[in-house]
Amino acid sequence: MVGKSEPINGTAKSHPPPPPASSPLSPRSSDLLSGYFSFKSLKLKTKQQELLIRVSILCLVYVLAFVTRLFSVLRYESMIHEFDPYFNYRTTLFLTEKGFYEFWNWFDSESWYPLGRIIGGTLYPGLMVTAAVLYWGLRFLRFAVHIREVCVLTAPFFASNTTLLAYFFGKEIWDTGAGLVAAALIAICPGYISRSVAGSYDNEGVAIFALLLTFYLFVKAVNTGLLSWGLASAFGYFYMVSAWGGYVFIINLIPLYVLVLLMTGRYSMRLYVAYNCMYILGMLLAMQIRFVGFQHVQSGEHMAAMGVFFLMQVFYFLDWLKHLLSDTKLFQAFLRMTVTSAVGLGAVALGVGTASGYISPWTGRFYSLLDPTYAKDHIPIIASVSEHQPTAWSSFMFDFQILLFLFPAGLYFCFKRLSDATIFIVMYGLTSMYFAGVMVRLILVATPAVCLISAIAVSATIKNLTLLLRAKTKAPQSASGKGGSSGKAASKGLLDQSQPFQKNGAIALLFGAFYLLSKYVTHCTWVTSEAYSSPSIVLAARGAHGNRVIFDDYREAYFWLRQNTPPDAKVMSWWDYGYQITAMGNRTVIVDNNTWNNTHIATVGRAMSSYEDEAYEIMKSLDVDYVLVVFGGVTGYSSDDINKFLWMVRIGGGVFPVIKEPDYLVNGEYRVDKGAAPKMLNCLMYKLSYYRFGELTTEYGKPPGYDRARGVEIGNKDIKLEYLEEAFTTSNWIVRIYKVKPPNNRW
Amino acid sequence: MATATARSPIILLALISLFLHPFLSASLSPGESPKGRRVLVLLDDLAIKSSHSLYFRSLQSRGYDLDFKLADDPKIGLQRYGQYLYDGLILFCPATERFGGSLDQAAILDFVDSGHDLIIAADANASDLIREIATECGVDFDEDPLAVVVDHIGYAVSDTEGDHTLIAADDFIDSSVILGNKKIEAPVLFQGIGHSLNPSNNLVLKVLAASPSAYSANPKSKLSNPPSLTGSAISLVSVVQARNNARVLITGSLSIFSNRLFRSSVQKAGSSTRHEKAGNDQFLTEISKWIFHERGHLKALNVKHNKVGEADEPAMYRINDDLEYSIEIYEWSGSSWEPYVSDDVQVQFYMMSPYVLKTLSTDKKGVYSTSFKVPDVYGVFQFKVEYQRLGYSSLSLSKQIPVRPFRHNEYERFIPAAYPYYGAAFSMMAGFFLFTFVHLYNK
Repeated sequence: MVGKSEPINGTAKSHPPPPPASSPLSPRSSDLLSGYFSFKSLKLKTKQQELLIRVSILCLVYVLAFVTRLFSVLRYESMIHEFDPYFNYRTTLFLTEKGFYEFWNWFDSESWYPLGRIIGGTLYPGLMVTAAVLYWGLRFLRFAVHIREVCVLTAPFFASNTTLLAYFFGKEIWDTGAGLVAAALIAICPGYISRSVAGSYDNEGVAIFALLLTFYLFVKAVNTGLLSWGLASAFGYFYMVSAWGGYVFIINLIPLYVLVLLMTGRYSMRLYVAYNCMYILGMLLAMQIRFVGFQHVQSGEHMAAMGVFFLMQVFYFLDWLKHLLSDTKLFQAFLRMTVTSAVGLGAVALGVGTASGYISPWTGRFYSLLDPTYAKDHIPIIASVSEHQPTAWSSFMFDFQILLFLFPAGLYFCFKRLSDATIFIVMYGLTSMYFAGVMVRLILVATPAVCLISAIAVSATIKNLTLLLRAKTKAPQSASGKGGSSGKAASKGLLDQSQPFQKNGAIALLFGAFYLLSKYVTHCTWVTSEAYSSPSIVLAARGAHGNRVIFDDYREAYFWLRQNTPPDAKVMSWWDYGYQITAMGNRTVIVDNNTWNNTHIATVGRAMSSYEDEAYEIMKSLDVDYVLVVFGGVTGYSSDDINKFLWMVRIGGGVFPVIKEPDYLVNGEYRVDKGAAPKMLNCLMYKLSYYRFGELTTEYGKPPGYDRARGVEIGNKDIKLEYLEEAFTTSNWIVRIYKVKPPNNRW
Repeated sequence: MATATARSPIILLALISLFLHPFLSASLSPGESPKGRRVLVLLDDLAIKSSHSLYFRSLQSRGYDLDFKLADDPKIGLQRYGQYLYDGLILFCPATERFGGSLDQAAILDFVDSGHDLIIAADANASDLIREIATECGVDFDEDPLAVVVDHIGYAVSDTEGDHTLIAADDFIDSSVILGNKKIEAPVLFQGIGHSLNPSNNLVLKVLAASPSAYSANPKSKLSNPPSLTGSAISLVSVVQARNNARVLITGSLSIFSNRLFRSSVQKAGSSTRHEKAGNDQFLTEISKWIFHERGHLKALNVKHNKVGEADEPAMYRINDDLEYSIEIYEWSGSSWEPYVSDDVQVQFYMMSPYVLKTLSTDKKGVYSTSFKVPDVYGVFQFKVEYQRLGYSSLSLSKQIPVRPFRHNEYERFIPAAYPYYGAAFSMMAGFFLFTFVHLYNK
C-alpha cells in the first residue's frame, strides 16, 4: 500500500534538488569553515554543510519570530493586552496558586453576578495549563519568574515553535526549501503576529501551534500510513481541543479532506489508518475536556467527521469484497446497493438524531460562518464584536501583503504536483481563505496555509530561476538533474535555453523576488510595530508637537475600584470590560466577555438604554453598587460606550421588546447632538457619558461640550443625575465610574 | 475542602444595607440604650420653657438631658468636629424664619439622615422654614397661612372659645407599639394647623387623624371656596420612621404640648363624659417614648448559618446541601434588651427572586432558626431577612453566600444503570486481546 503511493508522493521526489541548489555555495562556506577548523579531516561534506545552513537559518528564524513580537514590551511594558487575555491571566494565576483540581472545579462567584460561572467547565484550559507548566518548569529550574512574565511571553514562544512546525510541514508537503521559506514567512506574517505579540495572552497564541501540529502530524500519518503518526496527530488534536474552540475547523476540514481523497479515488490503507486512528482517539481524548464533553457525538458540527468515519468503513468493506469477488458485474451491483443503503442509513440516523434532540443543531456561530449575514440578522451579540465582522480587502492586504499574490501562484504549483499532502494544503488554504473572508479574526487560521502555499510558490520559483542561471554554466550536468527535479518547468527551461536574454531575465526576476520579499519584511515589521503592538489597555496618541501621549486611564480606573470600593461591590458595565474589572479591579461584575447568558447581557443593555428611574430599578434588582462607562469624547477615543451603544440597544431589545432601536435614531441616523432623539438624550448611557461634559471645553475654538470622538457639540449639556452620583472620572475622562445611591432615607 | 476554596473572591460579608449601619453599630453593645439622651430644644422664646414645662419635665424625668436654646441663638450647632452633639432635636420654634449659627434646613435633614430623632411643632403662624422641613419629611401643611383646623362636631366643649378650633381628637392609630399598651381614654386637645400626608411617601404615618367633619380654613373669614383639606385626610399628628430608623414627629400645634392643655379637662361635643384630664399628657408621653426609641426598637444579632451537623460557617455551599440558619432578635424595652417574640419572621434564600422562603421558629429567648435544603441551582445567593412591622424599627439584613455545583469527585462513582456499559467495555477489551492473540499466533 505504501509503495503504491510513492510515485504521487512529493517527499520521495523532492529530495534530490537541494544538493545541486546549495552546491555553488559549498566551496565558499567550506573554505570558511576550514578556516575555523584548522585540520582538513573535519571538512564538512556537502550534505552536512547544507544541514548546518538549514539549522542556522531555522535558529535565526526561531529567534526572529520571538524578537519581532517584543515591540509591545519595549514600547509599553510587560503587560497583558486587550480583554480576554485578562481572564486567561486571572485563571492562570488561580491555577498556579491553587493547583489543578481547584482550577478544574472553580466556581467563580465574582463574575456574572448573581448567577456565577463555572469556570472549570466553561473554558478551554490548554492555554492556562501550558503557561502554568512553563511556569512550574522555570520554577523547578530555579528561575524566579513571575507568572505574568510567563503569560506575556507564552504567545511569542509558541509563535517561534510554530515556525519550526511550518518548516517541517513545508518539508512534508514540498521540500526543505519550501519549509525554510514557510518558516521565515510565518515568523513575521502580520496575520499571525496580530494574535501573538508579547502580552496577547490568548487561546489563539497556542492554538495556531496546535492547529498546525495536528495538521502536520495528520499529513505525516497519511503519507506514511503509520499508526504512530496517527496517534501523535490525535494527541495534537487533543491539545488543540484543550486550547481553542477553533478545533471545530480541524474536525470538519480533515473529514472533508478525506472525503475528497475518497471521491478522487485516492483511498488507500494509509489514509484508512491515519483517519481512523486520529478520529477515534482524538474524539475520546477531546471528550476529556469538560467544555467539549459529548459534543463529538451529540453536536451537529461534529457529525461530518462521524459520517466520514463510517463511510471509511464502508470503503474498507467494499475493498475487501472486491478482493473476494471476482465477478466485476456482481461487484458493481453490490457496490451501488451498499453505498446507497449506507448513505441512506446515515441520513436517516442524522434525521432521527436531530429530530429527537439527541444531536444538537448547529450553533449560531457556526451558522454565521457559513452564512455571513446570519449573525447580523439573528444574533446581535455575535455581530457586535468587531473581530466577528466580515473582512475588508484592505485588511487582507495589511495582514498578508505579497502573500496575497503568492498564494494563487503557490496553488498553481500545488496543482501541478498533486499528492495527498498538497491536496491537503490546497484544501486547508481554500477553506480557511473563505472563513478569513467571513470573519476578521479567522485571518489567523488562514495565515499558516497562506504562508505555506506562498512558500511553495517562492521556493519553486526561485529554484527554477537559479536552475536557469546555472543551466548555462554547466548545461550538460543540469540537463539530467533538471529533468528529475521540477518536471515541466525545468524541461521547458531546457527547451528555451536557446532564447536570448534568458539569463538576464532570470537575474532580473530573482532581483524582483528579493525586492518583493524584502518589502514584505519591512511591511511586516512596520505593521507589527505600529498596529499590532499596542496593548489597547494603555492608549497612545500623538500630541500636537508629534510627541507620544499615553492614556493610562483604564488601569487608573481599575486601580481606583480596587482601592476605594468595598470588596463585595458589584460593578455594572458593558460586557467588554468585565474581564478587566474582575482581573484588575478585583470586583464582582454583572456581565463579562464570556457571553454565555444573553438575557443577562440584555438586562444590562436595557438598563443602559432606559431612563434613569427605570434603570435604577434594574440596577437595584441586580444589587449594582457602581456603574462604569467608557467615554472617549475628551480624548477622541472612538471605541467608547457611546459608539457601542446601538449594540446595547439591539441586544437589549432582542430580549426586552420595550427597547426599540428607532427610538434612539433620527431618520435612521445615530446622533448625539441637538438633533438627537429625545430618548437618546435622556437614557442612562448618554447621561453617564456626558455628565458635566457640557462645562468642559475640549478643543480650542469649539463650544464647550464638543465631543471629539464624534466631532459634534452634544445635545444635552445640562444633565442632572437623580439616582446615581459621580464617584470617579479618570484624568482623561476615558473611564467614568458612578455610584448608585441608596434609596432616599425619608421617602 | 471548604478552606481550600476560601480564596479572596469568596465573599462572606454581611451585606448590611448602608442605612442600617448606625443602628447596628449601636446595637453591638447589649444592655445599652439604642440611642443617646442628649436632646436640643429650640424655642421661639424662653417663655415656652415654662409654659410647656410639664412635657419637658416628663422627658427629663425619663433621663433626657435637655438643652434649651433660642432658635436664633448664634451659637447653636448640631455637630462639632464631625460628631453630633445631640441625639434628638425638638423644634418648638414655629415662627423662626432662620436659625442662628450653622443650623439650616439641610443640617436638620442631615441630622435625621444620620439616624437622629426629631420633633417638629408648627403653629398657625408657622414659618416657611418649618413648613419646608416638614415637606421634606413627607407632610404638607395647609398652604393658607391663616388656616387652622376647625371641627364643628368634634370640638371640645369650652366656656371661653366658641369658634370650634380647639378640637377633641380621638382617632388614634391602632398600634400599641407606638402608643403604648394602655388605651388612651381621654381625647387629645388640639389647636393648630392641619397637614396632609404626601401620597408618594410611604414611610409617614398618621398617628392622630382629625374627625371626618373637620376641615382646614381661616375661621375668621367667610368660606368662599371649599377648603383644600377636609375630613380624616387631615392629620393632626404624624410620625415618620425613616429607612435608617430615625423617627420624626410632626404636628401642626405647639399648644398641644402646653401645660394648659395637659391640665385641662376635656369634654368632646356630643359626648356626655367629661374627662378630668385631657389625653395630651398620656398621648404625647407615650409617643415621645416611641420617637426616642424607648419602644419598638429591634436589633438583630448573631446571624449564623452552617451545614447540618457542622458548627462552622462555610465560605460556600454546594447545591442540595442541608443548612441551618439562625438569627437573634431583641427588642428594647426602655431599660433592657428583651427577646422579641413573634411568629412571622421569615428568611429568604434569594438570588434575583426568593428560591426558599421560610418562616423562622423561635425559642422565645430571642433565637429564631430554621433549616432547609439549598436549591438545585448554583449562583450567588443571599440570606435575606426583611422584617417591617408597624411601629417597629425595620430589620433588613442580607448575607451573601455563593452556592457551587458538584465537584468532579462528588458525583457517584458507579451508576447501577451503567453496568451494561462497563461490561461492554471490559468484554470488548478482553475480546480484542484474545482476537489479537489468536490472529498473531495461530498460523
